[in-house]
Amino acid sequence: MPQLNRDVRHPVSLTLNGKKVQGHAEPRMLLSDFLTHEIGITSCHVGCEHGVCGACTVLIDGNVSRACLTFAVQADGAAVDTAESLADDEGELSALQQAFKKHHGLQCGYCTPGILMSITAYLKEKPKPTEDELRDMLSGHLCRCTGYVGMVRAVLDYCENSGAGAKAE
Amino acid sequence: MADDAAVALKERYVGQPVERVEDATLLTGKAQFSDHLPTRAGTLHAAILRSPHAHARILSIDTSKAAARPGVAAVITGEDVRAISDPFLIVLRQPMHQWALAVDKVRYVGDPVVCVVADDRYHAEDALAFIDVEYEVLPAVVDQEAACEDGMPLVHEAMGANVASVRDFTYGDPDKAFAEADRIVKLRTYYPRNSQTPLEGFVVNAEYHSGENLYDVASNYQGPFTSHPVMSLALRVRNSQLRMRTPQWSGGGFGIKVQIFPYVVLMCLASKIAGRPVKWVEDRLEHLAAAAAAPNRVTTIEAAVKNDGTVTAFRFDQLDDYGAFLRAPMPGPLYRMHGILTGAYDIKNLAVTNRVVMTNKCPSSMVRGFGGPQMYFAIERLMHKVAVEIGMDPLEVMRRNLVPEGVFPYRAAAGALLDSGNYPEAIERAVNEGGLAELVRRRDAARKEGRLYGIGLATIVEPAQSNMGYLSNILPRDERARNPKGGAVANATVNVDPLGTVSVTADSIPQGQGHMTVLAQIVADELGLTPDDIKVSLDFDTAKDAWSIATGNYSSRFSSATAVAASKAARKVRDKLARIAAPGLNVEPEKLEFAGGKIFDPVNPDNAVNLYRVAGSAHWTPGNLPEGMEPCVRETGSWSPPELESPNELDQINTSLTYGFVFDFCGIEIDRDTGMVRIDKYVTMHDSGVLLNPLIANGQVYGAFAWAVGCALFEEFVYGDDGSFKTGTFADYLVPTSFEVPEPQILHMESPSTVSPLGAKGIGEGNCMSTPVCIANAVADALEAEGVNTDDLALPLHPSRIAKLIHGAETAPAAGRPELRPHPEKPAAGHMLTGDGETFVPAPPEEVWRTLLDEDSLAAVIPGCHRLDRLGENDYRADVSVGVGPVRGRFIAKVKLDELVEPESAKLSGSLTGPLGASQGEGHVRLTPEANGTRVSYDYSIVLTGTVASVGGRMLEGAARALVRQFFNRLVAQVGGGPEPAESWWSRLLRELGIRK
Repeated sequence: MPQLNRDVRHPVSLTLNGKKVQGHAEPRMLLSDFLTHEIGITSCHVGCEHGVCGACTVLIDGNVSRACLTFAVQADGAAVDTAESLADDEGELSALQQAFKKHHGLQCGYCTPGILMSITAYLKEKPKPTEDELRDMLSGHLCRCTGYVGMVRAVLDYCENSGAGAKAE
Repeated sequence: MADDAAVALKERYVGQPVERVEDATLLTGKAQFSDHLPTRAGTLHAAILRSPHAHARILSIDTSKAAARPGVAAVITGEDVRAISDPFLIVLRQPMHQWALAVDKVRYVGDPVVCVVADDRYHAEDALAFIDVEYEVLPAVVDQEAACEDGMPLVHEAMGANVASVRDFTYGDPDKAFAEADRIVKLRTYYPRNSQTPLEGFVVNAEYHSGENLYDVASNYQGPFTSHPVMSLALRVRNSQLRMRTPQWSGGGFGIKVQIFPYVVLMCLASKIAGRPVKWVEDRLEHLAAAAAAPNRVTTIEAAVKNDGTVTAFRFDQLDDYGAFLRAPMPGPLYRMHGILTGAYDIKNLAVTNRVVMTNKCPSSMVRGFGGPQMYFAIERLMHKVAVEIGMDPLEVMRRNLVPEGVFPYRAAAGALLDSGNYPEAIERAVNEGGLAELVRRRDAARKEGRLYGIGLATIVEPAQSNMGYLSNILPRDERARNPKGGAVANATVNVDPLGTVSVTADSIPQGQGHMTVLAQIVADELGLTPDDIKVSLDFDTAKDAWSIATGNYSSRFSSATAVAASKAARKVRDKLARIAAPGLNVEPEKLEFAGGKIFDPVNPDNAVNLYRVAGSAHWTPGNLPEGMEPCVRETGSWSPPELESPNELDQINTSLTYGFVFDFCGIEIDRDTGMVRIDKYVTMHDSGVLLNPLIANGQVYGAFAWAVGCALFEEFVYGDDGSFKTGTFADYLVPTSFEVPEPQILHMESPSTVSPLGAKGIGEGNCMSTPVCIANAVADALEAEGVNTDDLALPLHPSRIAKLIHGAETAPAAGRPELRPHPEKPAAGHMLTGDGETFVPAPPEEVWRTLLDEDSLAAVIPGCHRLDRLGENDYRADVSVGVGPVRGRFIAKVKLDELVEPESAKLSGSLTGPLGASQGEGHVRLTPEANGTRVSYDYSIVLTGTVASVGGRMLEGAARALVRQFFNRLVAQVGGGPEPAESWWSRLLRELGIRK
């Protein structure tokens, strides 16, 4: 790891949603601040700054991570995926996103991008969770608008009809 | 096209579960929330130093060191703010002056004291640690009932008391009803302080333009715009010189985002002082400690009851705790529900006393439900008790007292005009479709197995669209007669551009309620288009959009307010287009139909013209328009329902426009060992009139229900008896997750509103009012079966509270630590840490003693000490850096040694003050000579307030032990000794188990 100095802005390079990006960050700059204010994406939402709410969840090298508990310099050289990566290049929603729309799985939408990233990683491990398993996983996120009903239905519908589990059957 | 048109004619979008037009932007992470708004180069970032004390006089503020820190552009104090702004206007004539920063005194933990603006947020926060504020801590008043008593500390001395308002109201003849009652059933209920805590906190971008003397603000303010004049008056400008913009996307509001207004003013002033734009983003701790909370309420409620279960009168005494300041529109929660104080019941006699009290807590605010949760908690707990006392089924008591079928419009005792409904039918349908009988069987079976199972009921009337005159009732009749207030104006604009595309703007300021979708549905229906054809933009700008005092998103205002204004605007556009099209089609304009993007003669659908062509002619060839018609197609609909009048001479007021009906029942089971409540089944019946979009309507029910489950079981802002704030993180303020919130069964009935042109009522707040008390009644039912008295059942019903009711109060384990001396002055602490221990120092007692009393060696022994100044004999002031878990900060420590018995014992007392909090404590040190050195034993008790206490409750004990341990380790090093004697395996085990330090 390179020597990091306080008060010095170090170059930080990421493969963000498949594209190389570069910016600068002091060692103490949070990844959430870096993505929002240095790179300029709009999906990494900060809801609690202490890792409870999950709104800032991104994937770092495929691992579900809280961007508010990660320093930008820790992610230097990593592949970071955010909700911007889910739709295709024309903006066509993914099947998971469409399921959220169909089942009214979001209201204000502030927690949604982080939740989508957790679900994306989770379903890779477990393509067809039961409702209890899914609710257990989703309990790592706080949503104050929806009561979670729509998003649970959305994911179960997606797993039944579109996800990897559905295709496997 | 004829067939298409005929098909399209049948296609109406209002009432359909249309998927939301908002979702694509939100799901792809492309929505620009307030933190994403562009800021121009040179924008400064603000951080706020907040009070660690609940109540203290500000003796001095030294900002010089902070001002010299890197990147800092300005450091602003209450005196700076007082010089260029005025206190916020309040509803009552009380000398309760609040500026954007604390002046003279701080009145709650989190009260903003100093604002730093710097080139980035990190630098601004750094500088906070270099501000020295000297406080004289005053006794705090925390309990709302104690606050009413004489001789208590005063939150506002100039008021002469903490009670800011007392008003009595009488309707009908309650004294007679109570005198003639067969029995009087009485209950005292307590509803806690809580908030729905939007995940996105406050964000303010403010810029002062000196050339125009204009403040330009972009923030996630949600209205009501009654607080716009409050801000402009504080800023000493005309309304038009405060331009308030809100972005399209806002991460939840729930009423709380009205209370951004003091920070709007603060950032405006900061921009003026610094001469640059200023941005501030609230953090979670700030939000939980200092944004806003629903007022906690103590209600004493009595019912005059006949033996057949009929209730003939209610008597209320409502005491609401508004915290340190009354901020507009407070005390709304006490008056917004006023007209409907009799709930869903046909009760003609009513007596009410409303009291507003101030305490050293965060100021209260509107929070989803807005007075309803507090009021219905009292009413429905009482109705449950009535049933228990007269030995009748609670459902039967409810039925017996409901507003009967066929009496609508019904004028309730305190003035609400219930517009429509059929309450008995709604209940019967819910009982049947929701399966109450089966649930009763389940309860009986569970009880046979010895399980704790209960069923609860609740019924409420859900008001929507507040009458702007509702707060007038707090004023005496003669005073309000001079300046009568009433009504509720809504505005929306529909525009058709030169190419015929339709756009809509409106005054609803949503935070996720799907208003764009519903407005698109409404306008599409009027103009024969599809929702995808309608571009709705709900970002808002007071300099450009039509607005009024009622503008904003609160009190379920949308479906009977802005939605109606939009339908009126769309109807005007339709009428205009019909008039333009009529000559060409040779049909009377009133006879033309709109569908499939065409305007046509329904008798001969081939006689048609494209809507875009008709609209285009108003732009391209205005000379061809009918005689006297203005060019362009842009119409604003404004409306205020005539039913919303000012209070009358009997103090009756129709506080809201529409009144929906909700009936809930649920089954819960309590874990007998832990006291944990599990919701087994929940059924909620809503009659909210016409559902404009059932998908969105159900979403509102699910959301309100989830928060209500939080209110019932988890959520409360907790304060220590000294006013310290204890729930500053989401690990302390517990919010329900997907695992705790079951899916309720939602049932609907649709009795169209007769006073709202679309027939729709509110639906987003009902469960906030019905669900907490429904769950509480179920818990009561379960406990009563065990013979437990449930009169004092208070929310939230967390396991420790219920376990206490089942098993009695827990007793402390007998064995354990030696008894500690109680803290002398402060028996009731904020967060009290106590501890004791001993260590061995390989030096004689005299040497240890010298080290403790010598200035230089003491400086070396205190952990994190940068500097030690001697204030007097054995009296020191130290500048220290201390870390507690992840929280690290700079503190000023004052240490005094007295009760000196050389070289045997001493008492240490002192305080620690810094931006992360404050503490006061004392300890005793005893030196006992041993063979090779000295045995040093000590005990301490420390009281903490402020940030550290708010966030770190659980880790503080360990941290305190670590600090004390460090102190003595350093003492050992200082007196020149080697390492401590090797630790015994026994003490190491105890330490690792956390039993010993």
